[in-house]
Amino acid sequence: MNQKNINHIIELSNELRWQIGDDFHDNLTESIYADAADIVKDTVQVDNSKKRFRLDSKIDKIVTSKIFGFPIMFLILAIVLWLTIIGANYPSSLLANLLLDTIHPALKEGAQVLSMPWWLDGFLIDGVYLAVAWVIAVMLPPMAIFFPLFTLLEDFGYLPRVAFNLDSLFKKAGAHGKQALTMSMGFGCNAAGVVATRIIDSPRERLIAIITNNFSLCNGRWPTQILIATIFIGAVVPSSFSSLASLMAVIGIAILGMAFMFTVSWALSKTILKGEVSTFNLELPPYRPPRFWKTIYTSLIDRTLIVLWRAIVFAAPAGAVIWLISNMYIGNESIASWTINSLDGFGFLLGLNGVILLAYIVAIPANEIVIPTILMLTVLVTGIAGGSGAGVMFELDSVSATGDILRAGGWTLLTAINLMLFSLLHNPCSTTIYTIYKETKSVKWTVFASIMPVVLGFIVTFLVAQFWRLLS
Amino acid sequence: METKVKSACETCAHFNAEGLKKLGIKTDNFDFVVALAGNPNTGKSTVFNALTGLRQHTGNWPGKTVTRAEGGFEYNTQKFKLVDLPGTYSLLSTSDDEEAARDFILFGKPNVTVIVVDANRLERNLNLVLQILEITDKAILCLNLMDEAKRNNIHIDQRTLSRDLGIPVVATSARFNEGIPDLIQTISDMANGNIICKPHRIKNVPENIEAAVKKLSKEIEKEFPNIPNSRWIAFRLLEGDTQIINALKQGEFV
Repeated sequence: MNQKNINHIIELSNELRWQIGDDFHDNLTESIYADAADIVKDTVQVDNSKKRFRLDSKIDKIVTSKIFGFPIMFLILAIVLWLTIIGANYPSSLLANLLLDTIHPALKEGAQVLSMPWWLDGFLIDGVYLAVAWVIAVMLPPMAIFFPLFTLLEDFGYLPRVAFNLDSLFKKAGAHGKQALTMSMGFGCNAAGVVATRIIDSPRERLIAIITNNFSLCNGRWPTQILIATIFIGAVVPSSFSSLASLMAVIGIAILGMAFMFTVSWALSKTILKGEVSTFNLELPPYRPPRFWKTIYTSLIDRTLIVLWRAIVFAAPAGAVIWLISNMYIGNESIASWTINSLDGFGFLLGLNGVILLAYIVAIPANEIVIPTILMLTVLVTGIAGGSGAGVMFELDSVSATGDILRAGGWTLLTAINLMLFSLLHNPCSTTIYTIYKETKSVKWTVFASIMPVVLGFIVTFLVAQFWRLLS
Repeated sequence: METKVKSACETCAHFNAEGLKKLGIKTDNFDFVVALAGNPNTGKSTVFNALTGLRQHTGNWPGKTVTRAEGGFEYNTQKFKLVDLPGTYSLLSTSDDEEAARDFILFGKPNVTVIVVDANRLERNLNLVLQILEITDKAILCLNLMDEAKRNNIHIDQRTLSRDLGIPVVATSARFNEGIPDLIQTISDMANGNIICKPHRIKNVPENIEAAVKKLSKEIEKEFPNIPNSRWIAFRLLEGDTQIINALKQGEFV
């Protein structure tokens, strides 16, 4: 290679660029389009009775209309959640029966036969195994219903329509319209949602999308919302309306999350992330009938099992940690109850309690294990006879039994509502935090994205608790 | 589960189904590199999955593939590494994903570039196809979503299209695995040099520009005699693309 010749080529190109003028880019683009049109003229024939295009645009007219767009969106969300809540009950209790009522005692007996030392038996079977079993029994059924349904909608082509509907709202918030897509991904998993923000070109808008993705209720939090709503919200209305009421409560939280997403996006774009809103083309793809069985199969294998595996991987050590802090003593008190007692005051201010706050600390690796942790710690503190020792989860055979335990732990309707709020508004799980760091490569933004939601959660639950106590 | 009906392609002697092994993510020691390019939402990831046996998550929304996915398959004892590029409408502007796709085709020098297009929107998709054909002369047009085109009563004369573009055209419905065996055979043939393309070059260019491009590409060819895309580099130089100018200076085209 000869550097002189290269320089000559570059000089020549500079010279020629002057000669051909500045509409070169447009000219070239036009030539390409002209070529494309020529080729298509010779090769493509369209029969003019193109019916399906009309059907597509008819559907689009309804689902993206100003009047029906939003109601349809919420209706679809409601149907998906309703199917999840209703459908998950039966397999859930079946799994609980098997894993907690049958296998757990068998394991304990086996340990006795092997004359395992009490601490090893407690650590492994009561700590690790029970946490894992709980996660499987409670998480697997809703996930196995929710994910395939969501994937079917995605394959059908509904997500871009959601983006289309929400575009103007995001624009008003100073954010990118494609954030609607990353938000939808966040409803599955926030880490996935954060990665998906790569589709947003502008760094400013991408950062907004990353920071606010946590306001999409993720898969680890849906079961918490559904369970607590079923126990506490469903109980305040006549039983024939209870599943409807809990459904509305869960949807309410999801919508509240979206409201927070818009508000925080707006606040960010007005303060520390100022800038112009960029425009973009969003193609509305044709509706494609999903390949039903294939979709069910892949979403079960890929999404459900992978997320479940992650939950198990995190639940196992967390179960161990819980068992340890419940069985290690400082003076007369176990570490767990000491921590809970010292957090109780702050918890009361927020309408929560020390157990919940400690559970959220233990559950930083995975939101999925918040409820099992809470239950176990509640048993520990209240001393309800349910488990077979300190720091042991009890055999949880029904939703109402869970409710009884929580009520015994001093839970009220306020605690339930604030737990739902705090589950929406708290730090992202550690996987998401790590993903945020990988995507932003900035410690500052990672810390901000992790702390900001917790602070919001403290403020919101505090205000709700104060008003609640004032009014009741 | 699905029952797989063997298509005529899979059973015919021309396509050696026994010679095919889907390698998933095992891509070491490959013999050839195959790039998958195309507009957003044309089913690139579905084609990718069909070829590699992987289950990259696919979704019916544009821009779903944000990371470059890699996978592989083995055909007649030769290993092919497949790279799923982000979907782009063009290679002419400078967003990150367009640059990633362009750089891979330009500097990664894949042995074969499969351009996946939506048969229902051929004219718009050709914009990207024609640009890619300026960069590489080892390309295959994968006319995907043929099932939808059929439903929309769109008929495409594949022979004429292939002649006009100067590259092989393979019709597929990747979602139903239709045409995939044919695509694999064509990839293999091209990688082994059994198919020589004469890719379409952008015509309809105004005379003064054409003259400038000719002059410049002649100089480029003098310096790099074996380069397949002197004309495209000339286009980019005339546009003042600093990245290409730098690449030229650093000798990345050799």
